[in-house]
Amino acid sequence: MKRIVSLEVNGERHEVAVPVHYTLLETLRYGLGLTGSKQGCDKGDCGACTVLLDGGAVLSCILPVWEAEGRIIRTVEGLAEPAGLHPVQDAFDRTGAAQCGFCTPGMLCSSIDLLASNDNPSRDEIAEALSGNLCRCTGYTKIIEAVELAAGVIRERRTGDASG
Amino acid sequence: MHPDELNAIQAAQAAEPGAGPDAAADGRAVLGLRNRRYEGHAKSTGRELYTDDLALPGMLHGKILRSPHPHARILSIDTSAAEAMTGVHGVLTGDDMPTPFGIIPWTRDEHALATDRVRYVGDAVAAVAAVDEETANRALAAIRVEYEPLPALLDPREALESSAVQIHEPKKEGRNGNVTKHVLLEFGPVDAEMDAADIVVEGEYHFHGTTHAPIEPHCAIARAGADGSLTVWSSTQVPHYLQREIARVLQLDVAKIRVVQPAVGGAFGGKSEPFDLEFCVAALAIRTGRPVKILYTREELFYSHRGRHPIDMWFRVGASKDGTIRAVDARSLLDGGAYASFGLVTTYYSGQLLTAPYALGSYRFESTRVYTNKPACGPKRGHGSVQPRFAFEVSLDKLAGELGIDPIELRRRNFMGTGRTVNEFRVSSNGFLECLEAVEKASGWKEKHAKLPFGRGIGVAGSCYISGTNYPIYPNRMPQAAAQVQVERSGRVTVFHGASEIGQGSDSTMAAIAAEELGVPLGYVRVVSADTDLVPVDLGAYSSRETLMVGNATRAACVKLAGLVRAAVASEWRIPEAGVRLAAGWASERGNGRRIPIAEAFQLAEAAHGTLGSVGHYDTPKDVHGEYRGGTIGASPAYSFTAHVAEVVVDPDTGIVDVKKIWVAHDCGKALNPMLVEGQMEGSAYMGFGEALMEHHLVKRGGPESGLHDAPSLLDYRIPTSLDCPEFVSLIVESNDPEGPYGAKEAGEGPLHPSLPAIANAIYDAVGVRLDRLPFTPDRVWNALRTSRPSSP
Repeated sequence: MKRIVSLEVNGERHEVAVPVHYTLLETLRYGLGLTGSKQGCDKGDCGACTVLLDGGAVLSCILPVWEAEGRIIRTVEGLAEPAGLHPVQDAFDRTGAAQCGFCTPGMLCSSIDLLASNDNPSRDEIAEALSGNLCRCTGYTKIIEAVELAAGVIRERRTGDASG
Repeated sequence: MHPDELNAIQAAQAAEPGAGPDAAADGRAVLGLRNRRYEGHAKSTGRELYTDDLALPGMLHGKILRSPHPHARILSIDTSAAEAMTGVHGVLTGDDMPTPFGIIPWTRDEHALATDRVRYVGDAVAAVAAVDEETANRALAAIRVEYEPLPALLDPREALESSAVQIHEPKKEGRNGNVTKHVLLEFGPVDAEMDAADIVVEGEYHFHGTTHAPIEPHCAIARAGADGSLTVWSSTQVPHYLQREIARVLQLDVAKIRVVQPAVGGAFGGKSEPFDLEFCVAALAIRTGRPVKILYTREELFYSHRGRHPIDMWFRVGASKDGTIRAVDARSLLDGGAYASFGLVTTYYSGQLLTAPYALGSYRFESTRVYTNKPACGPKRGHGSVQPRFAFEVSLDKLAGELGIDPIELRRRNFMGTGRTVNEFRVSSNGFLECLEAVEKASGWKEKHAKLPFGRGIGVAGSCYISGTNYPIYPNRMPQAAAQVQVERSGRVTVFHGASEIGQGSDSTMAAIAAEELGVPLGYVRVVSADTDLVPVDLGAYSSRETLMVGNATRAACVKLAGLVRAAVASEWRIPEAGVRLAAGWASERGNGRRIPIAEAFQLAEAAHGTLGSVGHYDTPKDVHGEYRGGTIGASPAYSFTAHVAEVVVDPDTGIVDVKKIWVAHDCGKALNPMLVEGQMEGSAYMGFGEALMEHHLVKRGGPESGLHDAPSLLDYRIPTSLDCPEFVSLIVESNDPEGPYGAKEAGEGPLHPSLPAIANAIYDAVGVRLDRLPFTPDRVWNALRTSRPSSP
């Protein structure tokens, strides 16, 4: 049995018919063709499916899709800003924080959630914020470096905005 | 390209610290710099496409029915109810694909779907294709399989001793069908040297078994063409071998099969052989006439496994008073699981790869791999050699302790340098001493070793690894690697190569080599890889072979074309060819300001020589190993070397080991991109750290759940999170190997090995107990402490 859900994803409204048991991740990937968010375990263990729901990082593979109705959803496809990549995206690319890249969409969302409330996180705070996102390639070294780098860029921008 | 456009590119590059043209010390414009990854932008924007991201019109979803028994005879299978279900388009059983397969041609002991017997919980029995996953799952539930359970062998010693229960038919009468492979090799007079040694250290060690756990589950899609062709997209790291095995098992013409490898979300050796799902999607696509996809669940990944073998090891090391190793005697029993996989090679590797960076004097190893009714083991990053390296490096630490020699000094004294190892492998470069020095200095070793307060300690270990195996898996005399390069009049260069990008950076490496040789900015190189219709044959991403082998092939193809371009420009300018330099978007005259955009240079070359394309290949040197049986296994064109120092804090009250920092020094020959090399070093050290302290691929034994995996989820199988990891410090050492492209060797596997023994040795330094069994769990550490200090709590 299917039902029609209405979702706001990356600034666009979608109405899509999906099986009633679908999760947000299944709806994004198989209903809307937004394949950037990944399925690694389907149990909420790995974090590859992490998206932003009203700005907060959530595991879309264990979120029934109806719970996302009426909320603002951002996925990896919607992280870039009008001027270009989000500083975290650029920092991941610059530091080599993405190797196989499968955990990257989720890592980016968790990082952006952290930086929205804390633009000068310590390494421990970054590790804490990313502890629900498993990476099997990097040992997290360059991922933590990337978030630090991005935080610096965001702080500089804020200073620039304030003084300009 | 327009010169203005080029100027903009160059300006943008120059704005990035360390990435401007001519920034490398050796005058190279691209190689040696921390360039961004070729596909980095796609990965940070969610645009990279992995196999499960692909969907084809009319695509069906497949599912595989798996055995609930660790060992059983199949008496009957009734698929009629499943076949009659609405929405079910095809059902397969073992009878549909009776030809056995296996990655090693001498041990083809698996079937795509079991024919008469299942050998582990999870063995594939039947497969269905249906309109959606839900229908496919209902169809599986409707298949009736009648089993006759057989006694299961879950312990390798039982398997070795059992004659009543045989997991596979013996190859020859009178042999034990439970033995995959037995190897006994001796180099030099081991017994005499051991007798003559001043000191002998003996110990038993145990490696527990771990799995790859890539974050991307295996996935495959197949589509049958109306012309008899078959295309398979798979998250594989060996497209060429997969193409061959699909042809064999499905009895198709290999020329009609195309294997495409989309982006792979981690592999680590766990995707380096064919799996049941690839045969099933292919056969189902042919049967139904519709594309079919199968995606493993996370649980299926744990059962498919092919991870690192549990090994029981016995090691004896004899040395002189000054610490010189005189004899090493080793015995290993490998717990292989239900099928051979790469096990024949693993059995050799468990002994053959131990013979550098130290001169062993004399060496004997006896390794036996047995079948058990558990998920099959195979190659995991550092294939076959991580376990014995642990045992040996801990043995060296014990030796150093008994002799009162500093552990780093003991390793220095036994450094083999270059030349032949005791088992006759040729080592053409060896930066191990520099690695030792780097970690000694960076870690503050001299101030810390044996000097830190109780509970805090520091340990060292070394290792070596191959840069590709010298011979392919199926014997042939064709090249080991090849590339094709096309130069286009717009200024663009396209590299067609077979290497499998699995996150390690092979696409970036080949792009960088082309950019370097042909003088274009990186943004003007396009890479087409790992598609058997489009690129020359490559054997795949295993044994750390891509940088050295495909790198050499790519370089060879590019050098030919660069020669043609230089000749055309030289002729135009009426100067010698050697006076023309191609770099960073320009063809320029050396020692002179004259230059033209590279696109114009390509046009001059196309006008002079015709359409510009070339091929290059690489073949391994054939004189780098001994002539004894098995002497080619473990032979490589070049070997990498690594040293780690780990610093730990051990809580004696809880037994919890907190690894604070691991310094990793790795001799990669030449870092073609230091950012990628560091990434491999950090990722390797991380994986070894996880195996030392947290991960355990354990199958339950006894009781009603016997044969079931103990922890088949990413919650219960504990891979380290960002909170668990120590700090990793990468120290690159460059020895410039003559065989490697620009001197490069491997970096993806070697740096894993020393993590385990360095941590074990650091625990000893911290609290004075030896942990010879992995993993170092709190209860094991606490019990060891209680035994060593009976007065403490």
